Amino acid sequence: MTERETRDAPPHRVGLWHVGVVVSTNTETPTGRSIVVDVPGWGGNIAGQHADVRLTAPDGYQAVRSYSIASAGDGDRVQLAVDRFPTGEVSPYLVDELLPGDELELRGPLGGWFVWRPVQTESVQLIGGGSGIVPLMAMIRSHTASGSTAPFRLLYSVRTPDDAFFRSELETPTPHLDVTWLYTRRTPDGWPRPASRIALADLEASTFAASQGPAVFVCGPTGFVETVANDLVALGHDPQRVKTERFGGA
Amino acid sequence: MAVISRGFTGRGREHNPELPPGQYLTADFPVLSAGPTPDIDTADWQFGIRTDDATLHTWTWDELHALPIEDIDTDIHCVTRWSKFGTSWRGVSLDTLFAGVETSDEYVMAHSYGGYTTNVPLEDLLGGKAWIAVEFDGEPLDPEHGGPARLLIPHLYFWKSAKWIRSLEMMPSDEPGFWEQNGYNMYGDPWLEQRYW
Repeated sequence: MTERETRDAPPHRVGLWHVGVVVSTNTETPTGRSIVVDVPGWGGNIAGQHADVRLTAPDGYQAVRSYSIASAGDGDRVQLAVDRFPTGEVSPYLVDELLPGDELELRGPLGGWFVWRPVQTESVQLIGGGSGIVPLMAMIRSHTASGSTAPFRLLYSVRTPDDAFFRSELETPTPHLDVTWLYTRRTPDGWPRPASRIALADLEASTFAASQGPAVFVCGPTGFVETVANDLVALGHDPQRVKTERFGGA
Repeated sequence: MAVISRGFTGRGREHNPELPPGQYLTADFPVLSAGPTPDIDTADWQFGIRTDDATLHTWTWDELHALPIEDIDTDIHCVTRWSKFGTSWRGVSLDTLFAGVETSDEYVMAHSYGGYTTNVPLEDLLGGKAWIAVEFDGEPLDPEHGGPARLLIPHLYFWKSAKWIRSLEMMPSDEPGFWEQNGYNMYGDPWLEQRYW
């Protein structure tokens, strides 16, 4: 070992690649789907973490990308949800090609910042745009599964009613969870709020106030996250309490 | 060892020796930040280097701009697997800023406006390898990309290039910064794929 390798001896390791088997897939939106994978040896993950997914071509060529995990808790079953990025290399395969029974390699879980643990008791405000719902969904499921009574609110912004991931699950009334939908291009018939991008007034109307001291998680495309995070700070939220995760295509 | 992914052929087959392992090229400049973008007025901005004997060397925005500004053309590599070739920056070399700094410590914690931290060995900041960057692509650095000034250490994964840089604090031993406490590697060499713990 070189001196540098010795010095960098890691406190933990992400670990080896696990070979999972796809159990099921579900079309969530015109461009996205969720994928359930059984991953022997996975050992569970905290809500909000992500996983590396590795694809290997017959000639040995490999491509790896990180995806947020929509599930949380112990066990070896993992649900991913992926939006197809048209010029991407991995997401079109995951959305269009992958079938139940296929093998899929995962590594992780990764990330210790954008996470929610059931021991947390403070109010939680989740704000998601598009497929940015995925790590927030893991938090909602972890909240429900643990019987947590921490007040949760979700503000979920999607382009049209067809573009919502996990719609039926989110429309099922859940204790201590309040869900607000926001449409940016087309609303359901008779929807009171016209379709438009999220604005400060939406945050004022539909999220916990800064004075309530919530932990805030914001996830979505860069422009969405930038706007929301700036507005939250303008509304008096402590920047240290606003955790963000931004994504581009992959 | 790896399992073949049925039906996957892959896209990028050309071997590019300039691309570190596991990276793909992008023409975009994705943004990754752990929290809100801080709003920093250059009139209030200050950069400092704190040494082991608790001495703080400081530069105001104008004092920084009175120093030699270098043009930097470099590739950058993000741990989230995108790389961007041929980015152009302007900034002040850390060699210039450390010229009058006496220290026996070998490690540095970079501190940002907004509270972000990241750790770097001092030797990785010296020798023409790192800058305080104030321009990108001929324009003042956008806040979401770390403006008004960010650390630029292009030979390490880009989370080491702390946005909204405020100070460098000398340390006798290597301590983990923000992402380093949250799953990322202490050093972050893209050519060795030092991504995670």
